[in-house]
Amino acid sequence: MKKYENLILLSLVVLLAAVPLVWNSGAEFGGADDQVKDVVAAINPDYKPWFESIWSPPSTEVESFLFALQAAIGAGFIGYWLGFQRGRRNGRTA
Amino acid sequence: MKKLTLFSIVAAVVLLPQLAQAMHIMEGFLPQMHAFFWLAAVVPFLAVGVGRINGVLHNHPERKLLLGLVTAFVFVLSALKMPSVTGSSSHATGIGLSAILFGPWVSAVLAGIVLVFQALLLAHGGLTTWGANTFSMGVAGGLTAYLVFRGVRVAGLSEKLAVFLAAALGDLATYMVTAGQLSVAFPDPVGGITASFFKFAGVFALTQIPLAISEGLLSVVVYNTLLRYNAQGLIHIWWNGKEHKA
Repeated sequence: MKKYENLILLSLVVLLAAVPLVWNSGAEFGGADDQVKDVVAAINPDYKPWFESIWSPPSTEVESFLFALQAAIGAGFIGYWLGFQRGRRNGRTA
Repeated sequence: MKKLTLFSIVAAVVLLPQLAQAMHIMEGFLPQMHAFFWLAAVVPFLAVGVGRINGVLHNHPERKLLLGLVTAFVFVLSALKMPSVTGSSSHATGIGLSAILFGPWVSAVLAGIVLVFQALLLAHGGLTTWGANTFSMGVAGGLTAYLVFRGVRVAGLSEKLAVFLAAALGDLATYMVTAGQLSVAFPDPVGGITASFFKFAGVFALTQIPLAISEGLLSVVVYNTLLRYNAQGLIHIWWNGKEHKA
């Protein structure tokens, strides 16, 4: 059981992400910052944002590329760490 | 009775498909005074956090890799937008693990770094709202995770459960504080700040819960892995809260 604990936990995370996709398959799964705009507009229709983003990704493709890049940098380091620790432990026992 | 509960959950999910959550406050969406207030509020935390990180690098160079690992964890989790039960997507923060291992001050710095990256390159969050977002993600999320971890440990429950609860509740705290910041800036003309808070909190409440659970589970996975490979050095840090002063 202990041996497979991480596998089970990771499967749960995958399930948590996958179940909504199947169960609620008609939904848009839009990202969400725009929802706040609507609430702000409802409460205070006169509010105008006083600053715009300096640069926005020109398309959703470019945006997802940059998000993937961010995740890849993080995952790359985690992989390095895992390999390093594993190698160090194996080196010690060998 | 169970059927009724299940029915109402299903009804909520079907009827409210547009509910999505307010990850970070968008560029320009806090009035100037509020933006500067949160910036000022977060500066002392960042100053102490940078000091702590320098302390780790100078006095405990063997923990450098561990610091890199918790930073990488924040990068990965805050980049992955996952679908949630409400039919919208949101992402976790990954900040809880760093708060448990290095203290909430360090978490504030890590949140600040990721948020600068996302504000400049992804138009996600913003420079003018950076202070408020760093406060909710790093300070509120980090502090909550840290206190929950210590509290659960003091209560004598297992370290694994402590990690799970700390990461999950830290994640939720971030979004509650975001809703609080927005409601103070935009009080409802009738119901005031309280009514506003429920409106803003309602935007993400349901969406964020499964994501907070995912964040807790993933933090336990990393915790298990840490124990497998790095047990001695790690337990040393965790059991002595004073070690955070490094």
